[in-house]
Amino acid sequence: MSYRLALAGNPNCGKTALFNALTGGRQKVGNYPGVTVEKKEGTRVGPTGEVFKILDLPGTYSLDAKTPDEEIARDVLFGKIEGEFSPDVILAVADANALERNLGLVLEMKELGLPMVLALNMMDLAKARGADIDLEILSSELGIPVVPTVAVKGEGIPALVAKAHEMAAASKNAQPAVWKTPTSDEVRNRFLRVDTILAKAIRRSARPLLWSEKLDRIVVHPLWGSLILFLILGTIFQAIFTWSAVPSGWIESGIGALGQFVTGMMPEGALRSLLVDGVIQGVGSILVFLPQILFLFFFLLLLEDSGYMARAAFLMDRVMGKVGLHGRAFIPMLSSVACAIPGIMATRTIENKRDRLTTILVAPLMTCSARLPVYSLLIAAFIPNDTVFGPVRLQGFVMFLLYVGGAVAALGVAWVLKRTLLKGVKPPLLMELPTYKVPSWRNVVFGLRDRAWVFIRRAGTVILTISILLWFLASYPKAPVDATEPAINYSYAGKIGHAIEPLIRPLGFDWRIGIAFVPGFAAREVMVSALATVYAIEAKDEDATAVALSDVLKKEWSIATALSLMVWYILAMQCLSTLAVARRETNSWRWPLFMLAYMTALAYLASFATYHIARSAGLG
Amino acid sequence: MSVGKLGEMEKGMIGVISKTGGPDEIRRRLLEMGFLEGSSVEIVHTAPFGGDPIAVKVRGSLLALRRSEANHVEVRDTCLAVGEGK
Repeated sequence: MSYRLALAGNPNCGKTALFNALTGGRQKVGNYPGVTVEKKEGTRVGPTGEVFKILDLPGTYSLDAKTPDEEIARDVLFGKIEGEFSPDVILAVADANALERNLGLVLEMKELGLPMVLALNMMDLAKARGADIDLEILSSELGIPVVPTVAVKGEGIPALVAKAHEMAAASKNAQPAVWKTPTSDEVRNRFLRVDTILAKAIRRSARPLLWSEKLDRIVVHPLWGSLILFLILGTIFQAIFTWSAVPSGWIESGIGALGQFVTGMMPEGALRSLLVDGVIQGVGSILVFLPQILFLFFFLLLLEDSGYMARAAFLMDRVMGKVGLHGRAFIPMLSSVACAIPGIMATRTIENKRDRLTTILVAPLMTCSARLPVYSLLIAAFIPNDTVFGPVRLQGFVMFLLYVGGAVAALGVAWVLKRTLLKGVKPPLLMELPTYKVPSWRNVVFGLRDRAWVFIRRAGTVILTISILLWFLASYPKAPVDATEPAINYSYAGKIGHAIEPLIRPLGFDWRIGIAFVPGFAAREVMVSALATVYAIEAKDEDATAVALSDVLKKEWSIATALSLMVWYILAMQCLSTLAVARRETNSWRWPLFMLAYMTALAYLASFATYHIARSAGLG
Repeated sequence: MSVGKLGEMEKGMIGVISKTGGPDEIRRRLLEMGFLEGSSVEIVHTAPFGGDPIAVKVRGSLLALRRSEANHVEVRDTCLAVGEGK
């Protein structure tokens, strides 16, 4: 026999921990058809061999949905999702420490008339805080079975499964009742009913969680809180840029070794070139970012699971509000400093559609790690390492300016968008600051595994396809036998480079840069190896390439050209993966194309201005 | 002061919610989050750069909201919470 269970509850009630405890490792992450809301599904086998298919629904405060995630939670319960049945049993999850609010959703879901079991989660904490809840009275007042659980420790799970089994077997194929948006008076009455129930069921209320409240006096303090936020951000940056360098190096040498192995195994020819220069090189150049992305998500999951994330949004709401954005937009923008792809994915928590869209549209302007290799190359070649003041050197200072430039551009464009195209009333901020928790290792490990998988799958599909296409453009047609120039100059990429030269000449770029733009459009960092190919630099590894290349560029380019290219890199949209993700998240081509258009226009104008100003300043 | 709007209260003040109003959509959301008539409410934190948004304790939860939204909530019997202030 198999049963479908749906886990539903308020955010921060320990629902994900319960899902992990129920399913162990037997879970997979996908998407609901047509939308990009994450679908988390798992299985558990019961004591008598019955199979439970468990769906972890996004957290929601009510069925009156405000975000795409909440809509999904509601539609699954109604069986309105294509290919998804309405559940046999709803596993309602409530935080035993916040029943006054959590039970509102429980009562609302009960009106659907589906079999339901309530997991009263975080019971250990409630007991430690001195709460005394009469489970029998609570159960009879609510009219559903109530099972106490401590999800992070796995307590109460077998009892919960047994209860769910009992309920499901008793009424298989129940149909949900029709739901309509409640009036505010109905919402009010529902919560008055919660108060009546709790007055009977709670024998002694919990004491406030003092350490959490005390911690908040510092963590959301206007001054100390801001300092702590910057310290945390500093640590994350440190991790992304320095700690991840070691595992990135392993992946890089692994890819290199694989390429050499294949080279040694196969005869020279088109197929070997496709595998080594196209597939391995292309996919490898993206996989190198996996450690950075994992580090970023490791910290984000820790911050989310501990309850800090909402505090960061609280502290930053005013600043983000200055450009018309929501406090919650802060985290996606910050994530975009590693990579715009997780940044754009992180916008899902923003309720308002215009706010979310604005954040998606400006996220790629934040300086992502793929720009770093290009910046490093240009700075090494053109910026002298003079001392500015104290320990600050000019090279580091220019790098800092490039980051600031990206952030200023992102906030500026957001400001303009919120006043023009995406004008609208400022959406309300109404957000829970959950009590602090020690993060559960299981939530973090499973969360990381999911992120890594989503990223690798993308590298295996979109990036693979593009890599093959670009390899073709750069390899064919072949150079004539008596060729004097590097082979790429005779290829389609070379032809495109020459063709676009008149367009990019006003920016100070010649056809060689035009050629490097072709593969660089798919992924920014590929520009470095593309330039190396164009200037026919033979070097074993990337570092050596960069050193040799910077010497060549110093001779070939003017400072005006280099500055113009830096500005181009701050602003231009050169990442097909970002466009693909933006298409999925906005569910149309309209916005990713708009993103491409406005960023290219902005980059063109700014580079044009930079080049001509630099030239008139005598840097030509 | 004994009656007032939540959005106009200062940090450390406590009171009892006497009315949750505003447009129906906002009112539903406020009620869902626990801004229920008769519940007590306390302003525990204010954000940097001008003290907006605010964080309030209501029905066992700590909730953040902007003062403009908090103004839909009317509070009676307001006073300074014990242990707060100078």
